[in-house]
Amino acid sequence: MDFLNPVLNGFVVVLEPMNLLYCLIGVVIGMLIGVLPGLGPAATIAILLPLTYNVEPVTAIIMLAGIFYGAQYGGTITSVLLRLPGEASSVVTVFDGYQMAKQGKAGTALGLASIGSFIGGTASIVGLTFLAPIVASFALDFGPAEYSALALLGILLVATISNGAKTKALIAAAFGLLLATVGRDIFTGESRFTFGSLELADGIDFVPIAMGIFGLGEILYNLEERHRAAKAPSTVTNVWPSRKDLSQASGAIGRGSVLGFFLGILPGGGATIASMASYAMEKKRAKQPERFGKGAPEGVAGPETANNAAATSSFIPLLTLGIPANATMALMFGALLIQGVTPGPQLVEQDPGLFWGVVNSMYIGNILLLIMSLPLVGVFVKILRVRAAILAPVTALITLLGAYTINNSMFDVTLVVVFGIVGYLMKKFGFEPGPLVLAFVLGSLLESSLRRSLLVFGGDPTGFFSRPISATLLAVFVLVAVLPGLRSLLAKRRAATADPATTKIKETV
Amino acid sequence: MIRVQETNRTSGGEDGIHSRRSAGQSAPARDTEVLPDSADVLAGPEDDLTPEQLAAQWEEEKPPAAGPLANAASSLVVLGIGVGSLVLSVAMGLGTPEAPQPGLWPFLVSCVMVALALFQLVAGRHNRDAEKFTRMSMAPVTGLVTLAAMVSLMPVIGFELPALVMCIVWMRFLGGETWRSTLLVSAVVVVSFYGIFVLALNTSIPHLF
Repeated sequence: MDFLNPVLNGFVVVLEPMNLLYCLIGVVIGMLIGVLPGLGPAATIAILLPLTYNVEPVTAIIMLAGIFYGAQYGGTITSVLLRLPGEASSVVTVFDGYQMAKQGKAGTALGLASIGSFIGGTASIVGLTFLAPIVASFALDFGPAEYSALALLGILLVATISNGAKTKALIAAAFGLLLATVGRDIFTGESRFTFGSLELADGIDFVPIAMGIFGLGEILYNLEERHRAAKAPSTVTNVWPSRKDLSQASGAIGRGSVLGFFLGILPGGGATIASMASYAMEKKRAKQPERFGKGAPEGVAGPETANNAAATSSFIPLLTLGIPANATMALMFGALLIQGVTPGPQLVEQDPGLFWGVVNSMYIGNILLLIMSLPLVGVFVKILRVRAAILAPVTALITLLGAYTINNSMFDVTLVVVFGIVGYLMKKFGFEPGPLVLAFVLGSLLESSLRRSLLVFGGDPTGFFSRPISATLLAVFVLVAVLPGLRSLLAKRRAATADPATTKIKETV
Repeated sequence: MIRVQETNRTSGGEDGIHSRRSAGQSAPARDTEVLPDSADVLAGPEDDLTPEQLAAQWEEEKPPAAGPLANAASSLVVLGIGVGSLVLSVAMGLGTPEAPQPGLWPFLVSCVMVALALFQLVAGRHNRDAEKFTRMSMAPVTGLVTLAAMVSLMPVIGFELPALVMCIVWMRFLGGETWRSTLLVSAVVVVSFYGIFVLALNTSIPHLF
């Protein structure tokens, strides 16, 4: 029972009125931005970071987490009703969800998605509750060598698994590492890359970078593409799925929960990949795969369950190892650092109130979201009428004024605009902004643990391979770094030998 | 398949939404219009897209891809940053692995960056993941100008007037709202921001009134 005591105490933390209120605010904001195409959860969390300065750490993270998993619920609504995915993680829901809506079963699709999301999210919290302390206790022995290897692997995985050009994502990550070195060197106290500027002497804050690159960069980028005016249906009826629908989708929900949970833990994984993997799996498993794309309930229930399970379980690496598994978790990491909390294996022991408070708040949040997305779905459908043209200047203003309130300095606001330009140009030229922010957050940890471990090893880099865990992690690092090149080389060779055959097939087709 | 997509484009999104509206309701009695039926016929080919066709359609709706020049330009910028920081880190002193000087870590990162930039310069020649700057790109540029103006004017005349101008420019000229709703919403937005940041939160944001 000793194990369960802190878990139960976590509920006491959640039920404090302040925390409940922020949980509600978080999930409502998450739901809203999920419904509105354009801003994603990462951008929203970045823009709202200044809001978290004046509240308790646990309250802040409860709200930010609510935004994250709330967006997974909200993204479904536009996918089903308008065939416009509100979030990247709801893209596959469009295929069957919209077809269901066309057949007059929009309510059923939304209901199945919410129930699946709720089950996936809740199952994932239960998994988190049991797995997180185990991972944390395992990681307690980690020294600087293990942390260097882990941070390197985390950055590499996030950069290479993200969609888009891998080399460009790695370049973004390297740029993030460089930005992290600006300011005073913690070992020698010398200034680096400050160009004589006093404001840069303490280094660049995480918040202006995140607000600029994720927030303003995305706002500017969205100005360019004109969103088709989305005319929302005035009402959606019959959101309660029938027993037949539920039993048809129950397998998909179960498989989606498990799949999403595990994909969420992996660095570079997360909600988007989980939803795609679940859709592919459901289609493969189905007895009549041709039903998919024509309104198969499993095609909605599976991915929606998986993306919620993954959104929840991606907290495990952050809260137990101190390594964010994706860009949104990098923002959570930054938010915790602002509050003076360093996420890591000690967190669950040293600050159980925070740890279990955040974890247990997700139960409450999921219940709130279930209520909002079943009986109240009509209210959120109405939100779709808010036009992007009105939303854009409002979010831009929130960003600028919010940036000012961090330190009451115009320098921060200027930084946000500068990084907004950087973020916009990065998106234009095909560089993922996620790896940059992640690498920036991990940069100082990586450098200091690298230098510490080199001190321990007497300056001998092969020392990393003398410790089993760091050796394994580095071996995986090398494998991940080399594998894509090897694979394309093999594919080329195979194509060269098989060339005559393929041309023949092409001719007959 | 190409023909299907062309009909989609001409029929546009609006019709599809109408048909969605009629389909999305199981109790059509109240809201049924004459229009959805005809729209249904029009939107027929669009609605029957398979996932693959839908993905292809999204692909087509993306902004046009930029040519090899964009790749060369971005790689060269990265190369420039990499070489610049390389030089600066060497100037800071590298030291040895057991007694590193401040420049060692930035030096390592810069080396990786230079290598990646060179690789991208050569291997990315045929990639089409960058987007072309089109006439639409004037919108973010205009947006940026208003933001920059706001940042420089805020310390002088407070945030209210620059924010109002920014809202008006973004809604009327970038968003294509009507003058009526632009002026109304802009005023409401600025007043409510004044209420939140100045009156309620009592922050020290420079304000005129």
